[in-house]
Amino acid sequence: MPPISRGFQGRRSDSAEAVRVPPGQYVTRDFPVLSAGPTPHQPIESWSFEIRGEVDEPRSWTWEQFTALPSEGIKVDIHCVTKWSKLDTSWAGVSLDTLLDTVDTSAEYVLAFCDGGYTTNLPLDDVCDGKAWIVYEYEDEPLDPEHGGPARLFVPHLYFWKSAKWVRGIELRQDDQPGFWEGYGYHNYGDPWKEQRYAGD
Amino acid sequence: MVEDVAETARTTSIALDAVDWPGHLAGQHVDVRLTAEDGYQAQRSYSIASAPEDEHLVITVQRLDDGEVSPYLTETLVPGDELELRGPIGGYFVWREALGGPLLLVAGGAGVVPLRAILRHHRAVASEIPVRLLYSARTGADLIYRAELDGHDTIITLTDEQPPEWDGRTGRIDSAFLAETAWPAAERPLVYICGPTGFVEAIADALVTLGHDPSRIRTERFGPT
Repeated sequence: MPPISRGFQGRRSDSAEAVRVPPGQYVTRDFPVLSAGPTPHQPIESWSFEIRGEVDEPRSWTWEQFTALPSEGIKVDIHCVTKWSKLDTSWAGVSLDTLLDTVDTSAEYVLAFCDGGYTTNLPLDDVCDGKAWIVYEYEDEPLDPEHGGPARLFVPHLYFWKSAKWVRGIELRQDDQPGFWEGYGYHNYGDPWKEQRYAGD
Repeated sequence: MVEDVAETARTTSIALDAVDWPGHLAGQHVDVRLTAEDGYQAQRSYSIASAPEDEHLVITVQRLDDGEVSPYLTETLVPGDELELRGPIGGYFVWREALGGPLLLVAGGAGVVPLRAILRHHRAVASEIPVRLLYSARTGADLIYRAELDGHDTIITLTDEQPPEWDGRTGRIDSAFLAETAWPAAERPLVYICGPTGFVEAIADALVTLGHDPSRIRTERFGPT
């Protein structure tokens, strides 16, 4: 049992909300911005999304080709490792299933790569079967650069650092290579419901 | 908790005698968790304000009127009380001498906290790496660590209101301000920016436009989130 904080009352959220908020998180109405460096400004004309690595043949889409792919709307809660959760956020983009259907692979892991050099790693299973998207709209508007526009990876069942901003592709891999924050002491998998914030959780 | 010091009307530095603290790097943060009598818990991250060499672990907390944890830390907690800590956290927004420089620190408001830790560390190890802190605050009354941030390595600007005797800079840190006061891009300074999102975005964009290498610019947001 942790020490009682003398005189601490706290502010409990209502119970309908509380069941949707993972342990150690609080609900925010804002949309905080967190990133390790400057926001890249990649011209849309030279943007592409790639699948490479352990595949029969690499694939690449221009912005025009990418946004012509079938898109899906997603309404879901998101959870940031810095403790905020935001409920009922709505997004639109292309399912990773749609993209991965175009390649043959025996890989088990994914390393997402981004403008600005950011990376994050995930098991391939975690981006399949309707669990992950490349999103380019937030609340019916083009995704703001601060929030990862033109497009970001979106994997809402994991802490939000896995939903890499400014994503430019995924590398399919046999081995699990830690990404940017995973190499700086954050948890390799990042399940908010198990409170996997830092290495060792 | 060992001691609390009111830095401004809204910010308080809290010195902690951290048991079994493994040490930290300048720029890292710590998680603070509070537990109510019925077991309800709330936790937040705070930047560490002290250098690794300092006697106590210090966090500087800005009180948010609608906050859950910051009013407790700034108003209820008294010396002798216990706090549950976890850390240090974060390994990227840190500076140690091996990373080199020249070192440019750019702070907006309470974003000065982790940069103060870096500056204290720089002084504690008597580093000869050139360092400069650009610190933007709204008014003189909002300046944190005023007494120790008065050296030749610090340039303060007050954006909204200046005391009558103010002979320092005024106005926001913009491209012209940076061109004049930051180490030139050709010297490839290592840059740390901390402040509210709009501040960080504007400074980082301006530096990139001035020719600074984006991979030499590290950012951290500090705000009511």
